Amino acid sequence: MKISTFARHGREGFRNLSRNGWMTFASISSVTITLLLLGVFLILAYNVQLFSQQIEDQVEMNVLVKDGTERAQVLELERQIKSLPAVGEVTFVSKEDGLQQLKEKLKDNQELLNGLESENPLPDKFIVKAKNPTDTGYVAEKLSALPLVEKVNYAKDTVEKLFSVTKFVRNSGAVFVVGLSFLALFLISNTIKVTIFARRREIEIMKLVGATNWFIRWPFLFEGLLIGLFGSILPILLLGIGYDYLVRKVAGVMLFTFAPFDPLVYSVALILVGIGALIGMIGSMMSISRFLRV
Amino acid sequence: MIEMHDVWKTYPNGAVALQGVSVRIDKGEFVYVVGPSGAGKSTFIKLMYREERPSQGSIFVNGFNIERLKERKIPLLRRQIGVVFQDFKLLPTLTVSENIAFALEVIEAPKKKIKQRTAEVLELVGLSEKASALPNELSGGQQQRVSIARALINNPAVIIADEPTGNLDPETSWDIMNLFEEINRRGTTIVMATHNKEIVNTMKKRVLAVEGGRIARDERRGVYGYEN
Repeated sequence: MKISTFARHGREGFRNLSRNGWMTFASISSVTITLLLLGVFLILAYNVQLFSQQIEDQVEMNVLVKDGTERAQVLELERQIKSLPAVGEVTFVSKEDGLQQLKEKLKDNQELLNGLESENPLPDKFIVKAKNPTDTGYVAEKLSALPLVEKVNYAKDTVEKLFSVTKFVRNSGAVFVVGLSFLALFLISNTIKVTIFARRREIEIMKLVGATNWFIRWPFLFEGLLIGLFGSILPILLLGIGYDYLVRKVAGVMLFTFAPFDPLVYSVALILVGIGALIGMIGSMMSISRFLRV
Repeated sequence: MIEMHDVWKTYPNGAVALQGVSVRIDKGEFVYVVGPSGAGKSTFIKLMYREERPSQGSIFVNGFNIERLKERKIPLLRRQIGVVFQDFKLLPTLTVSENIAFALEVIEAPKKKIKQRTAEVLELVGLSEKASALPNELSGGQQQRVSIARALINNPAVIIADEPTGNLDPETSWDIMNLFEEINRRGTTIVMATHNKEIVNTMKKRVLAVEGGRIARDERRGVYGYEN
C-alpha cells in the first residue's frame, strides 16, 4: 500500500468518527468503562497476587527429629532432606538454639524455663520451605516418611485455605477479564456496524468500480482502532491518579505494602492501550465482512 | 469479449432465473438486452460483472473465467468493466469530479493520472463546467452522464448498463443514448438492458430478447418486439 493511500484511510476513519458523533461517543464511553473496570481489576489482581505471594513465601514446615538421634545421623538427615527436588530452603535449629529462641520470645518470663538447660525437652528440628509453596503438603508427606523424622508440623488448614483463595482470585479474574473484553468487543462492533450501514452505498460503489476488500476495510479498522485508543485514555489517567493516591495515603496504615506505582501502572496502561486497540480492530472486522459481499 | 455456455442460475430461494443461456458478444459490439420484467435480464447482466455467480455453465468476460474467479480477483475483473445503473449510484456528498475520480482513487492510480483522466471524461460527457457541482444540483440526465464518465475513466473494454434511461424523460434518454453511441464508436463494447422500445427500434443494433430465463431471440439489426 502506498503511504498516500494509508493516509487517506486514516483520514477517512477519523472522518467517520466525527460524522457519527453520538454513536462514537457511546462506544468510546463503553470502551472507557470496560477498560476502567479491567484496569481496576488488573491492579487489584496484581496486588492480591503479590500479597498471597508474600504469605505463601512465609509458609514453612517444622521437621522434628526423633529424640536421641546422633549428630552424625542428623547431618545425614539434612543431606537427605536437601536431596529432595521440591525442597527449597533448609535451616537446622538444634535443641540448644531452640531453647535460646524460646527464651528470647518469652523475654520477661524467662524464669519459666529455668532448669530446662540440663534436661532440654525440645527436639532438634529443621525449618524447611518448599521450592514452590503450593507443594508444601506434598513435601511434608515425603519428609514424614523419612526414618529419623518424628513429626512434620505446618499450618495445614490455613495453608490449604490460603491456596484455594488465591487460586479462586486468579481464576475468577481471568473469567471476568474475558467477559468484559467480549462486552467491549460487542459494543464496538455495533458502533462500526452503524457507521458501515450508513455507508453501504459507498461500499457498494467502491466494490463495483474495483476496490479491493482491504481498501474498503482499512478506514473502518482505523475507526475501531481510534475508538479503542480514545477509550483507553480516561481509564489510564484515572487509574494512575487513583493508585498514586492509594499508595501515598493508605500505605503504612495497613500491614501490607502495595506494589510500587512504577512499573505496575505503566504496565497496566500498556495492557489497556493494547486491549483497546485490539478489540477496536477486531470489533470492526466482525462488522465489515457482511457488507463486503457485493 | 463475452461468452456464455449453457448458463443456469437458480437463486437460494429456489427461483430459476436463467435456464441454459449461451451467447457470444464480440469486441466493439453494441447489444440491447430486452424482455419482460422478471424474465432474467437483470441476472444475465449481473453475471457479467460477477455480482452473481452462475449455478452451472461457463462465462468468460474479457479473458476472465467468471465461475472460477477467486473472490479476491473480482476487483481485477471490475476494473476492466464499466457499470452504469438506472439509479446512477452517485455519492451525494462528493462533487461531480470527485465522484468520477473515485473510481481511480480506489485502485490507487497516481494523482496526476487521476486529474488528467477526470478532465478527459468530463469533456467527453460534456460536463466540464459542472465539475465542482454536487449531484443533487444536476438534472437526471446530467447525473447519468456523471455515472457514465465514472464508468469510462478506467478505459474499460466493455460497458454494462442496466436500464440507464429508466428514470429519464424521452428527450434526455436520446442524449444519453447518443453518448453511448459515441463511446461505442471509439471501440468500447456496450451491453445494455433496456425497456425503451423507441430507442431500440430506431438504433437498429443487435437485440437479445430474454424470456423465461432463455434467449428467445438474437437478431443482428433487431427490434424491441414487445408492447410497452
